[in-house]
Amino acid sequence: MIYNEEFETLPREVLESLQLKRLQQVVQRVYHTVGFYRKMFDEAGITPDDIKTLADIRKIPFTTKQDLIDNYPFGLFAVPMSSVVRLHASSGTTGRSIVVGYTKRDIDTWSDLMARCFVAAGLTKNDIIHNAYGYGLFTGGLGAHYGAERLGASVIPISGGNTKRQIMILQDFGPTAICCTPSYALNLAEQGAAMGVDMRSLNLRVGLFGAEPWSEQMRDDIEDKLNLTALNIYGLSEIMGPGVSMECLEGRQGMHVFEDHFVVELIHPETGEILPYGEEGELVFTTITKEAFPLIRFRTRDISRLITEPCRCGRTHIRMDRVTGRSDDMLIIRGVNVFPSQIEAVLMNIEGLEPHYQLIIDKVGSMDSLEVQVEVSEKIFSHSDEVRYLQNLERRLSKDLRDFLGVNAKVKLVEPKSLQRFEGKASRVIDTRKR
Amino acid sequence: MKVEQISVFLENKPGSLENVTRILKDAHINIRTLSIADTTDFGVLRLIVNDVDTTLKVLKENGLRASRTTVVAVEVPDRPGGLHGILEVLSQYKINVEYLYAFVEKSGENAVIIFRFDSPDNAIDVLLKHGFTVMPGEKLYAF
Repeated sequence: MIYNEEFETLPREVLESLQLKRLQQVVQRVYHTVGFYRKMFDEAGITPDDIKTLADIRKIPFTTKQDLIDNYPFGLFAVPMSSVVRLHASSGTTGRSIVVGYTKRDIDTWSDLMARCFVAAGLTKNDIIHNAYGYGLFTGGLGAHYGAERLGASVIPISGGNTKRQIMILQDFGPTAICCTPSYALNLAEQGAAMGVDMRSLNLRVGLFGAEPWSEQMRDDIEDKLNLTALNIYGLSEIMGPGVSMECLEGRQGMHVFEDHFVVELIHPETGEILPYGEEGELVFTTITKEAFPLIRFRTRDISRLITEPCRCGRTHIRMDRVTGRSDDMLIIRGVNVFPSQIEAVLMNIEGLEPHYQLIIDKVGSMDSLEVQVEVSEKIFSHSDEVRYLQNLERRLSKDLRDFLGVNAKVKLVEPKSLQRFEGKASRVIDTRKR
Repeated sequence: MKVEQISVFLENKPGSLENVTRILKDAHINIRTLSIADTTDFGVLRLIVNDVDTTLKVLKENGLRASRTTVVAVEVPDRPGGLHGILEVLSQYKINVEYLYAFVEKSGENAVIIFRFDSPDNAIDVLLKHGFTVMPGEKLYAF
């Protein structure tokens, strides 16, 4: 199903000429209203009139997270505060938070894009949506909420936390869809099972999971435990919030970037050069319709791939692969680059293991050391209580990490629940080298 | 003729074991015998208790990873060669012992040896055939 058939299935040439027109408009606007961009253009020796084709976007320098921090809180707003109807702030996982603003029309666009996401997930106004994304400064809760209302579905604005109550509501209100982070979905499944609730027989049919990188194996695990179809949704507050791109039920492979509102590029995270389609690199977004907080060539630090092959769902918008990590999250262990999500994928390859893990990185002398702590799952321990079996499991994981990722790690089985559970974004890395 | 044993995964850190004994004390569980297999990082505590179901329930409620395993208890006279007699037979039939531990009965006359086998039924047949006393679980729990 497609919410906005006309715009989501535009022929590529028409879509690209729409993108160019909108890009030219936004570039004009920021040049004349945001001091930061005027200075950037002037220093690069370009003017908005130099943008004659879509490819000309490459003439414009990148905007980075640091630029946003330097202009905290409202320095990059392109409209007066009287036109701003909402403020959000990023979760500040990487330090100082970033403030974003929305005009009435921006909220309208956002609601529309989120409604597209829900429809791509097969939802209609007859669905009940359990929205466990946090409400507040974080864009997740309200973003999904407005989209669900736009669609006409019934929203349960449960927000994050209070897991026992969430499980009660999941049983009593019978929602057909759920939105939350993938790690919270597992947390719900686990706590529900501990309370004696059959989490597979709830009314849930589909889940929209995002706001943190997760693996294909984790998708299988969530689908198995909650008996639903798990779909990937992507967004970031700097660009808009959730609803920048969404996986479709038909394809379930890569998320369609809503290109009538965003221009997406993929660059080499170190050199900044544009990479050919299919290669892995950093996502760069330009918002082409946003009024209050337009961003030009914003470097997301998110690592992904762009997929140009047409999708069976009929949407013509380009797809991005699941985000494998943030270039900020990349760990360098004895010179080997590795993302936590890659380690997760190796762990989840073992039948019976669950994605409850933590990575402890330390420096012993001049050498980096990585310890991967994994909880002993019910399945593993009921399979055998023999020390030899458990030690073999540790050894096998250690070997797999070396074979697949080239990283030397000590794997340590730990007691269940000894690792932190997450209600929002998971943070599984403890790096004591940075002290 | 089989005996149910509770196995608990414990990290090698101060307080792990004390946590388990406190949970069992609060649930009025009596431990008949126990053994611990340990490595540098973790250990597996194995318990024979008077109430297997309650033990499993309270341990799980307290977030511990606990499971039920089947073992075989064999009674032998508490004198030199007691254990050897059993192992001789097992070896003859190429039956592999995964692990074992033992305790002495209250009377002091007999020892009870707890065996973990790959296929307990087969082992029980062999032991009975050779005249050993295999203890039923009920007798052991209520010792």
